[in-house]
Amino acid sequence: MQDNPQPSTLKATLAIFLKDISSEFRSFELISAMLVFSLLVIIIFNFALELEPLVRKAANAGILWTTFAFAGTLGLNRSMSVEKDRGCMDGLLLAPVDRAAIYFGKTLSNLAFMLIVEAVTLPIYSVLYNENLLRLDLLVVILLGSIGYAAVGTMLAAMSVQTRMREILLPILLFPIAIPVLLSAVKASGGLLTGADFSEVATPFNLLLVYDVIFIAAAFMLFDSVVEE
Amino acid sequence: MIQTKKLVKRFGLKTILRGVDFSVAAGEFVALLGPNGAGKTTFLRILATLSRPSLGKVRVAGFELPRDAAQVRAKLGVVSHMPLLYPDLTAEENLMFYARMYGIPNMAARVTEVLEMVGLELRRKDLVRAFSRGMQQRLAIGRAVLHEPQVMLFDEPYTGLDQDASEMLDNALRYVAAEGRAVVMTSHDLARAEDLATRFDVLSRGVIAASAKREELAQTNLLAFYKHSLEEK
Amino acid sequence: MTQRPLTLQILDYVSILVLAISTYLALVFAPTEAVMGNVQRVFYFHIGTAWVGLLGFVIAAIAGIAYLVSKNMAWDRFGVAAVEVSTVFFFITIALGSIWARPAWNTWWTWDPRLTTAAVTELIYIAYFMLRAGIEDPEKRARFGAVYSLLGGLSAPITFMVIRLFRTIHPVVIGSQSAEAQGGFSMTADMKVAFFFALFAFTVIFVDMLWHRIRLGSLQEKVEELKLNASM
Repeated sequence: MQDNPQPSTLKATLAIFLKDISSEFRSFELISAMLVFSLLVIIIFNFALELEPLVRKAANAGILWTTFAFAGTLGLNRSMSVEKDRGCMDGLLLAPVDRAAIYFGKTLSNLAFMLIVEAVTLPIYSVLYNENLLRLDLLVVILLGSIGYAAVGTMLAAMSVQTRMREILLPILLFPIAIPVLLSAVKASGGLLTGADFSEVATPFNLLLVYDVIFIAAAFMLFDSVVEE
Repeated sequence: MIQTKKLVKRFGLKTILRGVDFSVAAGEFVALLGPNGAGKTTFLRILATLSRPSLGKVRVAGFELPRDAAQVRAKLGVVSHMPLLYPDLTAEENLMFYARMYGIPNMAARVTEVLEMVGLELRRKDLVRAFSRGMQQRLAIGRAVLHEPQVMLFDEPYTGLDQDASEMLDNALRYVAAEGRAVVMTSHDLARAEDLATRFDVLSRGVIAASAKREELAQTNLLAFYKHSLEEK
Repeated sequence: MTQRPLTLQILDYVSILVLAISTYLALVFAPTEAVMGNVQRVFYFHIGTAWVGLLGFVIAAIAGIAYLVSKNMAWDRFGVAAVEVSTVFFFITIALGSIWARPAWNTWWTWDPRLTTAAVTELIYIAYFMLRAGIEDPEKRARFGAVYSLLGGLSAPITFMVIRLFRTIHPVVIGSQSAEAQGGFSMTADMKVAFFFALFAFTVIFVDMLWHRIRLGSLQEKVEELKLNASM
C-alpha cells in the first residue's frame, strides 16, 4: 500500500468544478430550468410593471437583477441538494483535500451556471426590449455581482441543505445578506444603462469589489464550521 | 490500526457512545453488531473522520483523531449504504474524479484495474443512474479501494441488495480482507457477517457489550452469543 | 428554583427607575421643538432603542466568533439572547421612526439608510431564528447560528453604507448638514440632557433584559437535562 501525495487544493478545486460541469452538461436539467425560469420572470415583470419606454430604461437593471437573484437560488439549491441526497458530500469530505477546495469548487460551478444563464438571458432581453445590453462595462458589473452572490449563496446553501426546511430556507437566509451586492449591482448597472459614464458609477462598483473580497474571505474561513461536525 | 479508548459522543444532552474501547489490528475483519440506535453508524462516522468525538482517544492508521484527520483520510476507504456516486457521470468518470481527489498517480490505469476487479469493466461508459443497486454498490467498493487504503469501514453494505448482488459483495469483501487490511463492518444481518469476520463485537447501549473471536464461537452459535450479550447489564 | 441573583434584582429596579426618569425628561423636561411640536419627543426613545439594537447586533456577532473559537455553549446562549433583545428593540425603533415620520414628512415609511438597514437587520434576525428552528442537534444549531450572525454582522454595515451613498431624507441631527436632509434640527442644552440620558437609560435596560434572557436560556437547558434524566 503506497502513500499517495495529497492533491493540491487547486487541483481538487478544479476536479470538483469539472465534475459539476460534466454532470450538468449530460442532462442540462439545471441550466434549462434556470433559463426557463428567468424568461418567465421577465415576462411576468413585463405585465406587472407596464412601463413607458423611458421609465423602463431606468427599471431594466432592477428587473434583470431580480431575475438573476431568483434563478440563482434555484441553481444554488439544486447544486447542493445533489451532494446531500446521495451522500456525495460525505464522499467529498472523506477525500484528503482541504475543505476550501470543496467550497471554491462548488462556488465556481454555481457561478458558472449563473453566468451561463445570464449569457443567454441578456441577448433575449435586449431583443425583447430593443436595448443594447451587451456592453463590456455592464458585463463586468454583472460578473462582479454574480461572484459575490455565488460566494455567499454557496456557503448558505451548504447550511440550509442541512436543516429541516432545506431548500426553502435558502432565499430567506440569502436575500438579507445579499442586499449590499444586489443594491450595488443594480445601481451600477442602472447607471450605465441610463447613460452615465464610468466615473459616476465608481462608488457602487467599488462597493461590489469590497463586498466580493470580504465575503469570499469570510465564507472561505467559515466553510469548515459549516460542513464538519 | 484502529484504537479507541473511552470514546464518548454526545449530541446536546443525549449521550450516544458512553466510553467505547475498541481495537482492530491489521488483517482483522471485525463485524460490529448491535440493535438499531445503538450508535454503530455514529461510531463508524467518528472513525471515518466525518464526526468528532466528544471525549476520549481515537487512533486510526497511526494518527490521532480529530487532530490529524487530513492524514488519516488518505489511508481510509469507506463504503456506506448510500452510494456516494454521481448519477449523471459514467462509472469511469466517477472513478476518475475520486482518483483526482485522492491524488492517485497513473489514474487511467488504476481506474481500469479497479473496474476489472469489481467486474464493471464492460459498463465503464454507462451512466451510474442506469445501474442497479448491486452494481452501484460494487462501484462504490471500487471507489473505496482506489487509493489502496489500509483501513476499510463498511456501514451496512448489504442494505437493499438481492441474492446475486449480495454474493458479489461477499466476494469483494473477501478480496478486500485478504489484502491484510483492518476492516470494520457494521451489520444487522448476522448471517452475512458470520462467514467473513474474524471477530464479532456487539455495541449495545453505547459500549462494547461483548467481543468474541471466530475460533471462540466455533462451539456456540453466533445468534446465541449476540442475544446473550444484549441481555447482560 | 434558583432565585434571581441580588445584582439582577437591583438592576431590575434601576432599569424601571431610569426608564421613568428618561420618560420624564423626554416628555416634560425637554423643551418643545419649534417646528415639529410634541411629536419630536418620540425621537429620544427612537434613538435610545436604535442604539441598543445596534449594540445587540454587534454583541451577537462577537458572541458568534467567541463560540466558533471556544465551542463553549455559554457563548451560544449569549448570542441568542443578544439577537432576541436586539430584534425587539429594532422593532420598537422602526415603529417609533414611523410614528415620527408621519407628521414630519407625511409618510409612514422612508427608504433611507438607517430605517432600511434596521428593517434589513430585522430580516436577518428572523432568518437567524428560522435557521436555528430547523436544526435538532444543539451543537450544529450553535455553530450555524454563530456563522450566520457573523455573516449578518458583516453584511448589515455594508448595506448601511450602500444605501447612505445613494439617498436620504432622514434628518441628520448630529453632524454635517446635508442639502437633501429635511426635518433636521439642532439640539438645545436641555434636549441634549434628555438625549444622552435616554441613551444611558436604554443601555441599562438592555443589559437587564440580556441578563434575564441568558438566565432563561440556562434554566431552559437545565429543564431539558432534568427531563432527559427523568425519562431514563
